Amino acid sequence: MHGFANPARFLRIATWATPLCLILGLVLASGALVWGVFFGPADQLQGDVVRIIYLHVPTAWLGMMGWSAIAVASFVEIVWRHPLAGIAARAAALPGAVFTALCLITGSIWGRPAWGTWWVWDGRLTSMLVLLFLYFGYMALANAGEQNDAAGQGQGRMAAIFGLIGAVNIPIIHYSVLWWNSLHQPPSLSLSGVLTGTSPMATAFVVPLLTAVLGFSLIFGGVVLARMRMILADAQAEARLRRKAMAAQAAVSAEGW
Amino acid sequence: MAGFSVVPVRAKHQRLILLGVALAALVAAGLLAAWALRNQASYFYVPSEIIAKPPEADRSVRLGGMVVRGSMKNAPDGVTVNFIVTDGKQQVPVRFAGIKPALFVEGSGVVAEGHWQDGLFTADNLLAKHDEKYTPREMQGMTTDQAHKAIAETK
Repeated sequence: MHGFANPARFLRIATWATPLCLILGLVLASGALVWGVFFGPADQLQGDVVRIIYLHVPTAWLGMMGWSAIAVASFVEIVWRHPLAGIAARAAALPGAVFTALCLITGSIWGRPAWGTWWVWDGRLTSMLVLLFLYFGYMALANAGEQNDAAGQGQGRMAAIFGLIGAVNIPIIHYSVLWWNSLHQPPSLSLSGVLTGTSPMATAFVVPLLTAVLGFSLIFGGVVLARMRMILADAQAEARLRRKAMAAQAAVSAEGW
Repeated sequence: MAGFSVVPVRAKHQRLILLGVALAALVAAGLLAAWALRNQASYFYVPSEIIAKPPEADRSVRLGGMVVRGSMKNAPDGVTVNFIVTDGKQQVPVRFAGIKPALFVEGSGVVAEGHWQDGLFTADNLLAKHDEKYTPREMQGMTTDQAHKAIAETK
């Protein structure tokens, strides 16, 4: 854990891990989508509409995983003051928000033919929309902190605290379909169900679906790594510019004397 | 005399403890809020709730449950349909006039928006509720248990 907190070592690993994650993820995700959409079975009740789950379920999973990553990284940032943890949390926000938005859009497209409505204010849909707004708030807060960094570290800590508080929504999303009557169905997949083959979802759907989840997760990981490298490079360039400016100023004032 | 000394708490351990306490309080607050919402945040009432605590006739409510097999009857006017919704304990008769969603079939879940008056639920809108079961079309006609058995046999 402490070994990865060193930015130089992180960059050495990320240099080859980023393209590996992205390429492997693209291959797995597109393979699973082609498999599920063109060769997989249609559902007995929903018909071909079921095929959108190969996009909807991975994006929902990553929308929630994105905030879980922000929460864990924020915790490490506050307790151990690892600078890389704060960078990781900021890097995960945008892809998390994009996947959450995709989840809401694909869910809405599925809801129209399956339920007979684009949108309802039930527990699952509402808590997922709240997650999207939390992402927007987090990104705004983290950006504001970056701009005020010269004033001190306080703003960066604000984003980390917000990331931890927002994590309360994640179990609410998960249990919303169990605690409350909702239009959204309860989960079809569970670890025990998948391992014992007793899922309410037939295996013909489960296998391409889990492949798509793995593929999109790798893409997510690759994007986060790439964004972390970008943030580190930005900070490096800024530090170099500042050093140059200070050296130039020192030379001018030395001449003046 | 000097056998007793105060061990200084390191800053990061202090932060760890503080954050742990804060998170525990936060989770407790979240659970309390969810507990308080347990009735209000439900999207619909099930038949036994409607019968135990009937809502006023002028209040719009949603009723959710399974459509009882063999209970769906189309009225002669062609648009009105009568059916019975159950939650396994109680049954409620429902009347609806309008376009039915494609997934609305007997034995499947439904959410009806409308009014409860004199033992009849009059629905203005119907939403089909899908359950957590996904079964390939090739297994149409089988029950879900039969389908799972067929899947297990082909493995």
